[in-house]
Amino acid sequence: MTDVTRTAQAALLDTPPLAGGPSDGGGTGTKRRTASRRSGSRREAWVAFGFLSPWIVGLLLLTIGPMLYSLYLSFTRYDLLSPPVWAGFANYERMLAADPRFIDSVQVTFLYVVVSVPAVLVASLGVALILNQGMKALSVYRAAFYLPSLIGGSVAIALLWRQVFGQEGIFNQVLAVFGIQGQSWIGNPNSALYTLVVLNVWTFGSTMIIFLAGLRQVPRELHEAASVDGANVFRRFRHVTLPLLTPLIFFNILMTTINAFQAFTPAYVISNGSGGPLNSTLFYTLYLYQRGFANLEMGYASAMAWALVVVLGIFTALLFASARYWVHYGDER
Amino acid sequence: MTTYAPAPRKPLFGRTMSRNKMVLAVARHFTMIVVLIVILYPLLWMVGASFRPANETFNTLSLWPGNFTLDNYVDGWTLGSFTFSRYFFNSLLITLLSVVGNVIACALAAYAFARLEFPFKRTLFAVMLGTMLLPYHVTLVPQYVLFNELAWINTILPLTVPKFLATDAFFIFLMVQFMRTLPRELDDAARLDGCGHVGIFRRIILPLSIPALGTTALFTFINTWNDFLGPLLYLNRPELWTVTQGLNSFLDATGQSTFGPLFAMATLSLAPVVGFFFAAQRLLIEGIATSGLK
Repeated sequence: MTDVTRTAQAALLDTPPLAGGPSDGGGTGTKRRTASRRSGSRREAWVAFGFLSPWIVGLLLLTIGPMLYSLYLSFTRYDLLSPPVWAGFANYERMLAADPRFIDSVQVTFLYVVVSVPAVLVASLGVALILNQGMKALSVYRAAFYLPSLIGGSVAIALLWRQVFGQEGIFNQVLAVFGIQGQSWIGNPNSALYTLVVLNVWTFGSTMIIFLAGLRQVPRELHEAASVDGANVFRRFRHVTLPLLTPLIFFNILMTTINAFQAFTPAYVISNGSGGPLNSTLFYTLYLYQRGFANLEMGYASAMAWALVVVLGIFTALLFASARYWVHYGDER
Repeated sequence: MTTYAPAPRKPLFGRTMSRNKMVLAVARHFTMIVVLIVILYPLLWMVGASFRPANETFNTLSLWPGNFTLDNYVDGWTLGSFTFSRYFFNSLLITLLSVVGNVIACALAAYAFARLEFPFKRTLFAVMLGTMLLPYHVTLVPQYVLFNELAWINTILPLTVPKFLATDAFFIFLMVQFMRTLPRELDDAARLDGCGHVGIFRRIILPLSIPALGTTALFTFINTWNDFLGPLLYLNRPELWTVTQGLNSFLDATGQSTFGPLFAMATLSLAPVVGFFFAAQRLLIEGIATSGLK
């Protein structure tokens, strides 16, 4: 299962040639296809749009239409009960100049992303490197490490986390074994966010699977050639493995970051929906939810959503722009 | 080529290597098992705690309860204004509809992208890829406004209808990638036998794409089952709640005494996800192996 996903993810990174492009239909079918094209192409287009129709309806009604409407709403005041009132840039100005909780939520989210994304990447690459040393029972390890990824975003695990890092939780029990006096890590504003970072790192398995798949495609001959040339383990990692992994590192940075920006459920459950203590777990998404759906400030929530789109767009663009300096694709070698 | 290693050392080197290799392998397994124990410990602890009687303390590292009891499951199931049978039914209904809708709608769109020629194909494909990177927040508010206008709040429609419209583009992409690997000669043969595109799709592409359909179904199941924000927005009446909302409502009744039932229901809520994962793991890997997907 994970391998199918990985293939898709790896392919996304390589920006594959379009399916059914001009080069397609080679072999025995070519003559028939080109012959029938003149009379059949218009019909084929109709058939195609028939197949695509659910997706196109969804795209227009549930994605593009709402995006545009959301952009409009971001310049209005709208409480869902009375019609939207044009407000110009008021929402954006308020966000940046007159809303300390917004600033808090941005800081919390950035801290979360900056700490947990590198931690996830290092943990997943480290475990993948160890598992790739020709270990027995690889599939068992792979499955066991992957399991937390499937349930890490659930309410059940967030509730468990409240216990694990609570005053009486098992984390403090472990500390007590070493004679360390614990505290309520969830209740302390200085540590609450880090319990969520730990939760994110706990789900490193899916990222690890992608690295592992990439590592298994590194040709053995390259390593052997490097050993013959006198390269030790670290030099082989640095000069053989790492360059070949850069496309996957790129992909994992992109996806882990985007996901981290969008985290919601754990923060909501751990803080009972408040983002507390002292806004220390007030994720951007949680604050957007509070503004939009608890206070019914739909205009303000829309402005927040668009600010996030812009920030993530800039991040993605910068990452893609940086790729040519550090991402190596196989065919360039 | 430059070879610095002197030749005579080779056999000696090989002998120590094999012993070193053994030590290294043991060290690797040891490290991985320790990491796994740390990772899986909280989960196992929770399962153990769900069988702990109310008079036993939860203030312990032990995984094994002193006395086994099912009381927590009985109490948890009936706690609150509605029982968990209701929440499980609601979750199951929403999840099954989502799986069916997502698989059908994504497969249809994927077939068009993988096999058919039509105007603006490149543009539409790029748009589809673009929606994969779009943060969902930007459609959260307007979709709510839309569903509110349609009077769909407090129905399961906002959670299921979008799945029939293939809004999760990742799965379209996954299926396109898979269908492109299927040989076109099969299509041509079917066409000679008089099949149209609907026939090729139904008789050739769909049956051969079962691994990709299975992956989509599994991920849709897990994502929908775990979803919390969606039900939180759209299902406000307790009789409509899903399992995730039922679990979250335990928090209102805080206190040590509810820990047992809480962990019992949390364990039950994870059981389908974990069960499906283990059941499908083999099937899916076999599917990948036989289809020759790289």
